[in-house]
Amino acid sequence: MKLLDFLKGERKKSASVAKERLQIIVAHQRSQRDQPDYMPMLERELLEVIRRYVQVDQDAININLDRDEDCSVLELNVTLPRT
Amino acid sequence: MAKIIVVTSGKGGVGKTTSAAAIATGLALRGNKTIVIDFDVGLRNLDLVMGCERRVVYDLVNVIQGEAGLNQAMIRDKRVDNLFILPASQTRDKDALTSEGIERVLEELNKDFDYILCDSPAGIEQGAQLAMYYADAAVVVTNPEVSSVRDSDRILGLLASKTRRAERGEDPVKEHLLITRYNPARVDDGDMLNLEDIREILAIDLIGLIPESEAVLRASNQGIPVAHDQGSDAGQAYVDTVSRLLGEDVPLRFHEYQKKGLLSRMFGGGRR
Repeated sequence: MKLLDFLKGERKKSASVAKERLQIIVAHQRSQRDQPDYMPMLERELLEVIRRYVQVDQDAININLDRDEDCSVLELNVTLPRT
Repeated sequence: MAKIIVVTSGKGGVGKTTSAAAIATGLALRGNKTIVIDFDVGLRNLDLVMGCERRVVYDLVNVIQGEAGLNQAMIRDKRVDNLFILPASQTRDKDALTSEGIERVLEELNKDFDYILCDSPAGIEQGAQLAMYYADAAVVVTNPEVSSVRDSDRILGLLASKTRRAERGEDPVKEHLLITRYNPARVDDGDMLNLEDIREILAIDLIGLIPESEAVLRASNQGIPVAHDQGSDAGQAYVDTVSRLLGEDVPLRFHEYQKKGLLSRMFGGGRR
């Protein structure tokens, strides 16, 4: 079987590709699950504001909301390009 | 007190209605007074799968809008004594369902029934959210296919936040994974997600695995839920699923690929 795979030109099985892709997208979905509905909009608008001053990539911004017992912390990470 | 179970999936065409009909039949065959409600307003199909499409007079929307009583709309299954169907409306728009109306219907059924199955429409819109809102447990029907698995994860998110149990801070809706259309030969070839992968990605317990089977189409063609076809692999797999829902420990079947021997290949044995 191994030899046959080799002769056919080794190809990654499609099911394992599916699994990897799903693990990434599901992790992403779950990280957004507990967020308030306004978060995607907030992220987009913050990105717009930053882009008025610095040219950053679409994915250079990372926004995170942590909720504790009595307060919530909005964490914003922006990776700025080297100048 | 009835247990309310929603059969849901997000994605369409994965086997929600087939599964709702088969599980309801299985629960009733085990002596539980069971009703299965079609929430797919506008596109009802549960009546066809249950084989009672010509006996539909009133539907869920008529009951909610006070045009008919529950007893007028409920259809008694002709094969199993303690099984009932509440069909969806075919003509009304989907906004005809209201949360208060559903609550009233479920409360009335709660007195008489052991199990209430809610057959959810596809999608994550109002109809799907109403079908799950009052649920105690959910059967999340998933095909071994990327879009189905992803949509199931979205549904799990809704079950954890948009249900009465979630809103009231009660015990969460019990989530069960039901994998359907599983093809062990393709899994063996590495071209289909295997059940361990799906379970790992969705991280919920597996309640059943239904193999891809000719019996399923045959059952819906005839309007006889596949749980009645106990000579078939899919029928047996649904019976196992029902046993697990009832809390029994039943080993998994039909998930391993049996290589065909020379004789069965020559004579076509082993086909069901």
